[in-house]
Amino acid sequence: MDLPVINTNSSSGEAAEGGGCASHSCGSTDDQLGHLPEHIRAKVHNHPCYSEQAHHYFARMHVAVAPACNIQCHYCNRKYDCSNESRPGVVSEVLTPVQAVKKVMAVAANIPQMTVLGIAGPGDPLANPERTFATFRELSEKAPDIKLCVSTNGLALPESVEELSKHNIDHVTITINCVDPDVGAQIYPWIFWNNKRIMGREGAAILIEQQQKGLEMLTARGILVKVNSVMIPGVNDKHLAEVSRVVKSKGAFLHNVMPLIAEPEHGTFYGLMGQPSPTAEELQALQDACSGDMNMMRHCRQCRADAVGLLGEDRGLEFTMDKIEDMEIDYPAAMVKRAEVHAQIAKELEIKDQDRLFQAQAKAALAAMRGEADAPLSRPVLMAVSTKGGGVINEHFGHAHEFLVYEASPAGVRFIGHRKTTPYCEGGSSCGDGESALDETLRVLKGCEVVLSAKIGFEPWAPLEAAGIQPNGEHAMEPIEEAIAAVYEELRAAGKLEEKPELQQKVA
Amino acid sequence: MSLEIIESCVNCYACEPLCPNEAIYQASPHFLIDPDKCTECLGDYDDAQCSSICPVEGAIVDELGVALNLPGSLTGISEAMLAKYQAAVEATYQAALEAKTG
Ligand code: SF4
Ligand code: SF4
Ligand code: SF4
Repeated sequence: MDLPVINTNSSSGEAAEGGGCASHSCGSTDDQLGHLPEHIRAKVHNHPCYSEQAHHYFARMHVAVAPACNIQCHYCNRKYDCSNESRPGVVSEVLTPVQAVKKVMAVAANIPQMTVLGIAGPGDPLANPERTFATFRELSEKAPDIKLCVSTNGLALPESVEELSKHNIDHVTITINCVDPDVGAQIYPWIFWNNKRIMGREGAAILIEQQQKGLEMLTARGILVKVNSVMIPGVNDKHLAEVSRVVKSKGAFLHNVMPLIAEPEHGTFYGLMGQPSPTAEELQALQDACSGDMNMMRHCRQCRADAVGLLGEDRGLEFTMDKIEDMEIDYPAAMVKRAEVHAQIAKELEIKDQDRLFQAQAKAALAAMRGEADAPLSRPVLMAVSTKGGGVINEHFGHAHEFLVYEASPAGVRFIGHRKTTPYCEGGSSCGDGESALDETLRVLKGCEVVLSAKIGFEPWAPLEAAGIQPNGEHAMEPIEEAIAAVYEELRAAGKLEEKPELQQKVA
Repeated sequence: MSLEIIESCVNCYACEPLCPNEAIYQASPHFLIDPDKCTECLGDYDDAQCSSICPVEGAIVDELGVALNLPGSLTGISEAMLAKYQAAVEATYQAALEAKTG
């Protein structure tokens, strides 16, 4: 799990119609969080993990303490981390609970923005309950200002709910790929259950039953539950809307659909079978189809499970076990510092919230003056942005490992998702490979009409334009959403939003 | 009478806590079974616990060296399939290599 944020969809138009509340989890009736009880909405609002803007300011980390697993997924090769929570083909350092506690406290003392610790892969944390809970017990005691989260395949969840509810658990993530055993049989070849290995459909049926039971038990106790699903074309892609509906009705507050990543060299069943991964467009279409039903989380980067840092950055190398052994940590002092930093961030976020509200009202007033007549003519446009974090456009095009994709429309700007790529220019010698990396970037940016970066070099300019993507370096260091709104306004004023770009190209 | 863990073990820890006789221990380069303690789970369970959770076909063998989980039995990846794809991966790799040097 990587800095989870919901697609807050706090578009200006909607917020204004909703009775003047610009914040994303209150007010309007068509609010995505509307189905949640009040106490959960209060927890989610401006939470570092689920609020789109707050996630630029807070960090998370994972430790791997629990490498055992009690099931097999066809997209996992158990030489590597749990693919449900990390990128396939990645190996994390497995720590003992004592080492893990030490590492977490060292990171928390040095990176005050780190507020959430996750225990994820390799393996299933609840298949290793002793190691997982030993870590949680000690952290709840020594570092009560850190929130804990855990990700599980759900098989051992019902028997763990009691113990989970004793800790400072922020939320539980369950990976649910299906609610139908016939679909499950194509994803899970076996499970280990009651001292036996159970194959095929029978095993999948037990897994599904346990997942659903665990979900119900957690929400009954008021523990937040997020559901992850891996989209596997031809296996569960048609089925995931049903999964979304079922988990929502049982009280999950967020559903995150991630693309299958399957390459032969990962040695997974799907990788070797040549099972295709969904394209960025297919993924987005499914997320859109599900979001009518439920909150979708579109930011999941399927990061390294042991990554440390803020939004896509990884400072893990500063915190290797041998470096940590030498660190002296005065945690009580660090906790005071941390509280100050958190208060400062909260203040900044509040100011931003107010700004947004103000802008939304101003825009609505302006729209009312102009008259709504021409508004519906403007079509929505996808734009990509490169950023290092902080909510501003501050990454060079050639250095971007990923692009954030937003949709601009008359209703406002909304976050759609991340698209990963190989940086066009890693700098220095590897620039020779620039051409193929650029092809990859062009492919992941498909569907976008504008790309905004701090700087865009000369070389990629023409290929981008040829692919129908307008490069734009004029908004360097500006806040992302404001810059996108400004570009959208320019396009509208230039009359480019009345027809599809293909048509324009023909005319031109 | 005892089972044995061999080099294809990926050190996933799954078997270790399940053994009714605490016969499994962490070692380098991989987990091992103490042959004096292992009873093949007789009297405790119908199936040997370690080989019932082990995700790696062939990592646990009996006294005759026969794998308890035969190739393809857990992953569905048959040896023929594996060979075919290994060849495919090798071919892509060679092609990439040639493109670079040539
Ligand atoms: S739950 Fe995670 S570790 Fe277990 S098989 Fe699935 S992906 Fe692999
Ligand atoms: S067969 Fe049973 S007794 Fe022997 S090592 Fe495996 S789990 Fe332990
Ligand atoms: S379950 Fe298999 S792979 Fe995992 S540690 Fe035991 S023998 Fe090794």
